[in-house]
Amino acid sequence: MDQPQTIKYYQTGTFTVGNRLLSEDQRSVQSGMERTNSLNSGHRACQGCGEALGARYAIDAAMRATGNKVICVNATGCLEVFSTPYPETSWQVPWIHSLFGNAAAVASGVAAAQRALGRDDVRVIAQGGDGGTTDIGFGCLSGMFERNDDVLYICYDNEAYMNTGVQRSSATPPAARTATTPALGPEPGNVFGTGKNVPLIAMAHRIPYVATASVANLRDLEAKVTRAMQIRGARYLHIFVPCPLGWGSASEDTIRLARLAVESGLYPLFEARHGKVTSRTTIRRPVPVTDYLKLQKRFAHLFGKAPDTVRIAQIQRMADQNIADFGLIE
Amino acid sequence: MLKQTEGSHAVAEAIALCRPQVVCAYPITPQTHIVEGLGEMVKSGELTGCEFINVESEFAAMSVAIGASAGGVRSYTATSSQGLLFMAEAVYNASGLGLPIVMTVGNRAIGAPINIWNDHSDSMSVRDAGWIQLYAETNQEALDLHIQAFRLAEELACPVMVCMDGFILTHAYERVDVPSQEEVDAFLPPYAPRQILDPAEPVSMGALVGPEAFTEVRYLAHHKQLRALDLIPALAAEFKRAFGRDSGGLLRTYRTEDAETIVVSLGSVNGTVQEVVDEMRARGTRIGSVSICSFRPFPLETLRAALGHAKRVVVLEKCLAVGLGGIVSDGVRKSLSGIQLKGYTVIAGLGGRAITRASLTRLFEDAERETLEPVTFLDLNTDIVNHELERERQERRTGPTAEAILRRMGTVASRIG
Repeated sequence: MDQPQTIKYYQTGTFTVGNRLLSEDQRSVQSGMERTNSLNSGHRACQGCGEALGARYAIDAAMRATGNKVICVNATGCLEVFSTPYPETSWQVPWIHSLFGNAAAVASGVAAAQRALGRDDVRVIAQGGDGGTTDIGFGCLSGMFERNDDVLYICYDNEAYMNTGVQRSSATPPAARTATTPALGPEPGNVFGTGKNVPLIAMAHRIPYVATASVANLRDLEAKVTRAMQIRGARYLHIFVPCPLGWGSASEDTIRLARLAVESGLYPLFEARHGKVTSRTTIRRPVPVTDYLKLQKRFAHLFGKAPDTVRIAQIQRMADQNIADFGLIE
Repeated sequence: MLKQTEGSHAVAEAIALCRPQVVCAYPITPQTHIVEGLGEMVKSGELTGCEFINVESEFAAMSVAIGASAGGVRSYTATSSQGLLFMAEAVYNASGLGLPIVMTVGNRAIGAPINIWNDHSDSMSVRDAGWIQLYAETNQEALDLHIQAFRLAEELACPVMVCMDGFILTHAYERVDVPSQEEVDAFLPPYAPRQILDPAEPVSMGALVGPEAFTEVRYLAHHKQLRALDLIPALAAEFKRAFGRDSGGLLRTYRTEDAETIVVSLGSVNGTVQEVVDEMRARGTRIGSVSICSFRPFPLETLRAALGHAKRVVVLEKCLAVGLGGIVSDGVRKSLSGIQLKGYTVIAGLGGRAITRASLTRLFEDAERETLEPVTFLDLNTDIVNHELERERQERRTGPTAEAILRRMGTVASRIG
């Protein structure tokens, strides 16, 4: 794609993503008329979809970082389904969907093909939701890490299987109500003490770069993608993307929820190189987790006539533990 | 160049001559020495321009091959048995995406009970996956078929599976003629992908297809296979002109012209069948054999022409459609629609049981006398089967069958007490 597409409707320049006080060269990818708009408008994502937003920002940033030399591999999931209903596609990059569980391995194959063809300028990104990443695709993901294949894997984490009717994944937080963890019985919602933290597992592979990002902090997200594309080898980016449908939240609350997850400490933002944390986004004034939980119907059972103080306190302890573990308060 | 070599190594050499650019494999049993051979060639620098990728499972092996093929390079992997089942989802995906991957299947049984020996249960389980399936009779043919497979795959944009009998071929040392690099280069041009993931010309592959177009997509996959019915013999003829050898094609007939009884089989067993045919011919029996090389696409018309004049056909197959009988027989029967001809299904060689000349002779003589059952399990030990059936009737909890059979045969110790 030599000629960047002219964007149509979006704000540009200083009005985009908090660029007011920045000079032009410091502004975000999204602020420029020359941005590639990797995920075109007209796709079928829900209103307020965090994943659509995260994906466009991430891939646009990757395209800018590589001079548009990006190939994307997509796992089965919302992103794939809403962006490519045949005969339409929203992707402005070469893009392939193969299966639910093999995006990392397919990306390894695409990367191997680039090596075999001697094209070291073309870079490969694999992307999937939390189900395709933390559950069914986990074996292939670990294999890709272990071989240190030159792939950036991006997980868009909305904390459940949203594409198929909101079922629990191993990234679903405790107490969250899903179709397979109903708010019933002595432990309503998802049970405590389960689940996977894939960013930490990725770090345990000692791969060159692991980072978490959020659609609440898009400049940070762009910067992390840009840094990831400057590094060779296996890289992992975990992006927090609220899902209005699955979470039972208002469409206009997506960014607010993403911000509250970070500011409560429930979703720490950090970077790691070769298994060691190298940077973190500190919290000036932590908000209580209830501010975050109350905006979502999936936690509504915690806030009935008599609030479930025990479980709310448990979730607060998780946030506090993150704050302590990652040193989120200066 | 003539060489005395193992089947797996012969295939590894054939693959290397085809200049693959990505080879990936999950290494352990049920794998063969093929990928080990290729790994060694890549590491030693004998095979250049090739990425050899060690993966964590067969599912990943096929997935890497999918990515590599879509990325624009010639891709190869090998597997068998449980490994093929583990990659099954990606096997369908490769053909659906129209990616010309070539894969060797070293045919073996599928458990439980666990069994590593040869039969055709594995490749037959993915017979409808949209891959072309070619079955090799000898190691020479296995070698030759791989060279044709890349041509076939790339001309059709369809993956090709070359099936060769596990152990009987893969681990057998035989004399094979390994062609020169120049000969193979002349036959197999460099890979020119039909579709490629390229930032210079972005395309979306693998879109979601709804009811309004899915039937058409599947029809076109079927149509592609029907086109292969012409391409496979054409390539075999071209191969013969270039290499001087008859290898592949849709099927091969042996002494069928005036035959009353014709035995149809797949793979290495045809060598034994031909010997028995010769012996029985010497005694005046009008018997012949057909070896099917292309099982997918199934050569209905060619087989019909080969069998049409006979009185009876015995389908000898190393696989079982549980609850039905024969898998190959189904295709054979379809090719005979409208022809009056007695058909017999013989399930033989499951889990590596030897198919002996003596058993085949008895079997074919029974067929000739028309005393054969419609479905026969060759060399089935009916004493054991009847004993087990009786035990099932008497005991409320009979436990795993395989262990009981082995205990009765004295292969494992009896239960204490």
